[in-house]
Amino acid sequence: MSAAGAVPEPGLAGLDARPAIAAGMRLQWEAAQDAHVLLYPEGMVKLNPSAGAIMSRCDGQRTVADIVADIERTYDLSGLATDVRAFVALALQRGWLEQAT
Amino acid sequence: MTAPSPASSVATGPPPQGAPEAGAAPEKSPAVGPPLWLLLELTYRCPLHCVFCYNPTDMPRTGAELGTAEWLRVLREARAAGAVQLGLSGGEPLVREDLEELVREAHGLGFYINLITSGVGLTEARIATLKAAGLDHIQLSFQDSTRQMNDFLSSTRTFELKSQVAGLIRAHGYPMVLNVVLHRLNIDHVGEILRMAERMGAQYVELANTQYYGWAWLNRAQLLPTREQLQRAEAVTQAFRERVGARMKIYFVVPDYFETRPKACMNGLGSVFLAVAPDGTAMPCHAARMLPGLNLPSVRTASIRNIWYDSPAFNRFRGEGWMKEPCRSCPERGRDFGGCRCQAYLLTGDPDNADPVCELSPHHGQVVAAVAASAAAAAATGGGTERPLIFRDHRVSIDITAGPAGGGA
Repeated sequence: MSAAGAVPEPGLAGLDARPAIAAGMRLQWEAAQDAHVLLYPEGMVKLNPSAGAIMSRCDGQRTVADIVADIERTYDLSGLATDVRAFVALALQRGWLEQAT
Repeated sequence: MTAPSPASSVATGPPPQGAPEAGAAPEKSPAVGPPLWLLLELTYRCPLHCVFCYNPTDMPRTGAELGTAEWLRVLREARAAGAVQLGLSGGEPLVREDLEELVREAHGLGFYINLITSGVGLTEARIATLKAAGLDHIQLSFQDSTRQMNDFLSSTRTFELKSQVAGLIRAHGYPMVLNVVLHRLNIDHVGEILRMAERMGAQYVELANTQYYGWAWLNRAQLLPTREQLQRAEAVTQAFRERVGARMKIYFVVPDYFETRPKACMNGLGSVFLAVAPDGTAMPCHAARMLPGLNLPSVRTASIRNIWYDSPAFNRFRGEGWMKEPCRSCPERGRDFGGCRCQAYLLTGDPDNADPVCELSPHHGQVVAAVAASAAAAAATGGGTERPLIFRDHRVSIDITAGPAGGGA
């Protein structure tokens, strides 16, 4: 079921968190939609390029700090930490990501 | 790339939930997207005989089941056309001995695969093979929490078997997802159902009120709950939610007869959903077989791409050109697409009418009358049934499509 309605502000994920795609979900590239999609039993979330870049790096090994650095390096950008941390926190809240243990 | 933002994701939930706003101009069909959600009803064969089954009541008159090679071709064609969510259903899909082979192929193609099963036939060996083949998810249906009621309603002795299957599902690392169909005869047991689900370690429970198609339509007078039953069940569910918190997510799907606006059925026919019946008939919703004059195409004679984009049946209810008043000029038509075509046909005799669940429909009185009749029948029989239920059975096959209420075939 899709997340909807008033939810508390998710805040920022910690830089040392190691997020992973949540159990039972699958992230994959869909050529037909020209996008990364997140698949789960009741549906699908089509990710925009930024979300796809973050989610595709959430392997339970890399920390949020690693992911920020990798994206900044790959796309020749800087100052993305806050945006990435906010997105990871949101994805954790929605159950798309989980903290690797 | 642009900076990530929380607004970056687009939920395009398949049916039944989450209709995206259709920003299309009136009378103009939006561009047709891919058939993202594929449902294969692999067989109508089933060891159970549920009175609320939505399968067609004339199922023995449908053609022979597709063979393995044909299902494999359907999977490849649908995936090439952009399908990504795969439901394997029936009947009971475990009856098919080639289920593992179909799952293996579907997984290799990149489908997210959900098995929708009663659990009958799911052994340790089969679940292990299915898991290895790439099955992503299992949804287990349950009739009721009490053995007597469960066995009565499904007309077999399956309760203990289902409890074992729930254990197997958990042991193989799948989330434990239960689907319980509610109706007048079991809705008062919702508290026991939820406690049973908790004992089984269920993480998700869908309490889905019966939708009245197929066998359920035949049994509607006996299955439709009363408003009081519904309110009690919702209160029990809410109290249970507050007690278990995040451990168990419970979805309570209200029967649409008690609503005043229709559901956005399939997000509009021909928008994301494609179902294939056991004999290869392709349908824009699982119940569409009943709709008159639709001339549903078959995967035996046409490709998935051709069926989805070019067949008259799949284009019949796209856009808004088919709509009648009050839908045609309704500001909410882009939200609910006029509701369910099958319900419109069953209750008004015309599939182009507004779904009479909508209080703006001139036929809404039929829905109100059905709810009132349910209350009267429940009062007269102390909550039981006055007429015998008709159990889903190949030997008790009935052609209801020839004469729906309001008769318009």
